[in-house]
Amino acid sequence: MATGIKDKVAILGMGCSKFGERWDVGSEQLISEAFNEALADAGIERRQIEAAWFGSALDSVNVGNSAIPLATALRLQGIPVSRVENMCATGTEALRGAAYAVASGAVDIALAVGVEKLKDTGYGGLPVPGKGTLNDLWMPYCSAPAGFAQLAAGYRAKYRLDRDTLKKALAHVSFKSHQNGVKSPKAHLRKAVSLDTILNAPLIAEPLGVFDCCGVSDGAAVAIVTTPEIAKALGKHDRVTIKALQLASSSGIESGTGDWDGSNVPNTRSAAAAAYKEAGITDPRRQLSQIEVHDCFSITELVTMEDLGLSADGEAWRDVLDGVYDADGEVPCQIDGGLKCFGHPIGATGLRMVYEHYLQLLGRAGERQLKNPTLGLSHNLGGVPYNGVAAISIVGLL
Amino acid sequence: MSRAAIADAHAWALPGLKGQAKGERALCSWDEDTITLAVAAARDCLRDNGRNAPRSLTLASVTPPFADLQNAVIVASALDLSTSTVCSDAGGATRAGLTALAQSLESSAEGDALVIAADRRSAKPGSMQELQFGAGAAALQVGDEGAMANYLGRESVSHLFVDHFRATGEKHDYYWEERWIRDEGVAKVVPAAIQRLLTRLDRSADSVQWFGLAGAPGGSDKLVAKTLGIAPEKVIPDLAANVGDCGSAHAPLQLVHALENARPGDLIIVAAFGQGVEVLAFEMNAVSRRPALGLAGAIAARTPETAYLKMASFEGEIDLDWGMRAEADVKAALTQQYRSSDQINAFVGGQCRTCGTAQFPRLPNCVKCGAHDSQTPFPFADQRGVVATYSADWLQFYLAPPLYVGLVQFDVGARLLMEIVEVGAAGIDVGTPLSMQFRIKARDRKRHYSRYFWKAVPIR
Repeated sequence: MATGIKDKVAILGMGCSKFGERWDVGSEQLISEAFNEALADAGIERRQIEAAWFGSALDSVNVGNSAIPLATALRLQGIPVSRVENMCATGTEALRGAAYAVASGAVDIALAVGVEKLKDTGYGGLPVPGKGTLNDLWMPYCSAPAGFAQLAAGYRAKYRLDRDTLKKALAHVSFKSHQNGVKSPKAHLRKAVSLDTILNAPLIAEPLGVFDCCGVSDGAAVAIVTTPEIAKALGKHDRVTIKALQLASSSGIESGTGDWDGSNVPNTRSAAAAAYKEAGITDPRRQLSQIEVHDCFSITELVTMEDLGLSADGEAWRDVLDGVYDADGEVPCQIDGGLKCFGHPIGATGLRMVYEHYLQLLGRAGERQLKNPTLGLSHNLGGVPYNGVAAISIVGLL
Repeated sequence: MSRAAIADAHAWALPGLKGQAKGERALCSWDEDTITLAVAAARDCLRDNGRNAPRSLTLASVTPPFADLQNAVIVASALDLSTSTVCSDAGGATRAGLTALAQSLESSAEGDALVIAADRRSAKPGSMQELQFGAGAAALQVGDEGAMANYLGRESVSHLFVDHFRATGEKHDYYWEERWIRDEGVAKVVPAAIQRLLTRLDRSADSVQWFGLAGAPGGSDKLVAKTLGIAPEKVIPDLAANVGDCGSAHAPLQLVHALENARPGDLIIVAAFGQGVEVLAFEMNAVSRRPALGLAGAIAARTPETAYLKMASFEGEIDLDWGMRAEADVKAALTQQYRSSDQINAFVGGQCRTCGTAQFPRLPNCVKCGAHDSQTPFPFADQRGVVATYSADWLQFYLAPPLYVGLVQFDVGARLLMEIVEVGAAGIDVGTPLSMQFRIKARDRKRHYSRYFWKAVPIR
C-alpha cells in the first residue's frame, strides 16, 4: 500500500529570479540567478547535487530540447539531468521528479529547476504552441485566454449568473492580486489597479479583458530537496517539508463527451482529493494558511476556489466579492501577486508558488508576511480547462 | 455585401461606380472557396433525397483552388462518397457549368451523376466586375428515372469571341466593352442557337415558360427573349440584384430557380454565353423534390455586410498587418492528412460498440469507456448540436476576428472543440443550436495550400 511522500522530503533551499520583462538576460542567466540563491540558502556546494530535473515548456523560444541546456548553464557534469514538460504544470513536474528521487532513496540531494524566457518572441501573449499533426488538422487555433474564457460561459450558464455580476467578481480577483503584487519585490507587475480600469479594459477573449490575464514573463525558480534527516544534519532547524505532490491529467472526457458542464476543472478536483488525502487535510478552508493557484486568467482562479473545495459550488463568485481570498481574508490567495502580477514564466511557475510558501513558512516574506502560516497549497493547470493537467503541491512546517 | 458600400469606398477616384451600385452581391468569408461552396450545394442537393449515392461527380468552375490536384475529389471526400466515384474537374469558360451538366445528361453510364458548378470570382478593386461578380454554387443530381425534369436536348456553339479572358495563374479577368459583347456577341449568337434547339424540339418560343441566360451583360436576357418572342415574365431572375454573376454556377443556379418554381409540363430553357453558347432544354415532370435550403433559402440566409475593407481583405486585395502571430507556420503533414482523411474531410468520427458513445476524433481507445479498437465509423456532418462553452478570441490571429471557438455538444452525445462561424450581430450563448459546414481550416500562405475541416454555424 503506497503511503505517499508526506514529510519524506524537505526543502533544503530555494531561489527565484526577479520575474518580468528581462530584456537584459537569457534563460541561462535566469537559471543561475535562481540557482545561486537556492544554493546559498541550502548551504551546500554544487558538487553535492546528485540529480537534477529541469522544467521548460516552450522550447522553441526558450532554451531548446533536452536537459543539456540546464547541465550546461549550471555546469552539472556527469550527473543525471532530466528535462520535463507538462505545459503550465512544468515547474511542479520538476519538483515532483526531484522529490520522488529523494523519497525513493535513489539520491540524497536533488535539484529542481524551472525556467521560461517568453519575451524573446517579439510580441505579447504566449507563443502559439504546436498541437501535433492530427490535432492540427481539426482543432481550432485559439489563444490561451479563449481556452480558459470558456469556463466563464459554462459557469454563467450553470449558475444562471448574469454577465455583469460575473465580470465584477472576475475584476475583484485581479484587483486583489494587483494589491498583493505591490508588496512583492520580485514580481513582474507591482502596481495597484482600480476596479474601473479592470472592468473597462479592452477585451482579449470574451469576457476576459487585459487585466483578467496574467503577466507573460521571463523568470526561473529553483528548489533543492533532501530528506528531513539530512536537512537537520545540515543545520536546518525550521524545516519545510512536502506534504503532498499530486497530478491529474485529462483523458478527453471533458472535451469529448457531455459529462462535463464547463463550470469547473475536473482535473483540479481529482488532484486536490489525492493531495488532501496524502497530506491528511480534511477541512482545507480552515487548515490551509495560504494558497497560490493558477490564476492564468481571473476566471480560472474563481472556479479553482470551488475545485479546491474552499468555496461551495456556485458560491466562489460571492466569496471572492466578500474578500475571502484577499490578503486579509480567510484564505489569503496569491499573496505574492500570483501569476497575474508576479508573472508567469511557464516552466518556473510551479516552483515560484512553492517559493512563496517556503518564504512565508520560514517568516521571510517581508512586508507581505502572513501571521504564523503552517500549510501552503499551490496549484497549476497545464493546457486548457477541458483538456489538460492539474498539479497540486502542499508544503508545511515539519 | 452592399454594392453602395463598395462604390462609396471608391468614390474619391471612381465616382461613376455609384450609378451601378444597387443591391448586394454575394461575398465569401476568408474560409470559403469554390470547393466549400460546392460541398454546401451538393449537401443541400443530396440530403435525404432518397436516391442512391451518385456514381460520378463533376465539378465545373473557372476558379478552382487547385491547378494540379483534383478539386472534385476533395468535394467527393467531403461528401463521403465512395472512392469508386468517377470524379472530374471541368472549366475553361463560365459556360462550363451547363456544358458539364449536358455531358452528364448525355452520358450512358449507369447510376446517378452529380454535377456541381461553383465559383468564387475575384475582381480588381474599382472594376465594374467588383460590383457585378458574386459567388455561389449549384448542384444537380442526374439520373435515368424519377427525375423532376426531363432533359430534352442541347445546342452548343463554339465560337472564338473573346469578351473576357484570364491567363493561367492570373487573378483577375480582363473584359472588353459591354456594348460590343452584347450587340456583336450575344445578340448574334444566342437567339439563333436557341431557335435551332426549339425547332429541333418542335417547340415554339411562346411555349417557353422559363428562360435564363448567364455570362452575358446585364439586360441581355430580356433582349434575347424579345428577339425570340419569349414573354418578359418568362425570363428567370438574373440574380443581379442580390447575388451577382457566379460564373460557371450562374446558369445552373437559374435552372435551379426554375426547377424550384416550375409546374409539370413547363418548358425550361437555360443558356450560358461564353466563346459561343451552351443551351439546354428541360420539361418539368410531376415529381416534387426540394433541396433542404434551395436557392431562395440560401439567399435568405445571408449575413449583411457593409465593410468594404473586410471584403478587400477576404478577397486578398489588401494584406493587413496581422502581427507576428500570423507568422506561425500552418504546414500540413500530408501523411497524417491521408491517414485521417475520412475523419478530417468527411467528418467521420467513431461510435463505440461497447458503450455506444459517439466521438471525434476516432482514436484507438474509446473516450468514455476506454475500450480498445471498439469504434465503428460515425458521420458527424449532418449532426446538430448546441454551444456548450464559447469565447470570442481577439488575441489569436484570425482573418475574420474575433475567432469564435467553443465546445459543441452534439445531440448524439459527442462533444468537440470547434470554430464557430457566421455568428453575426445576433451573437451566440450557451445553448445556441448549431449545424456543420465544410470550410477552409487553414491557408498555408507559404506553400499556397488550403486544407479543410468542418465548422459550426448557428441555426437562426
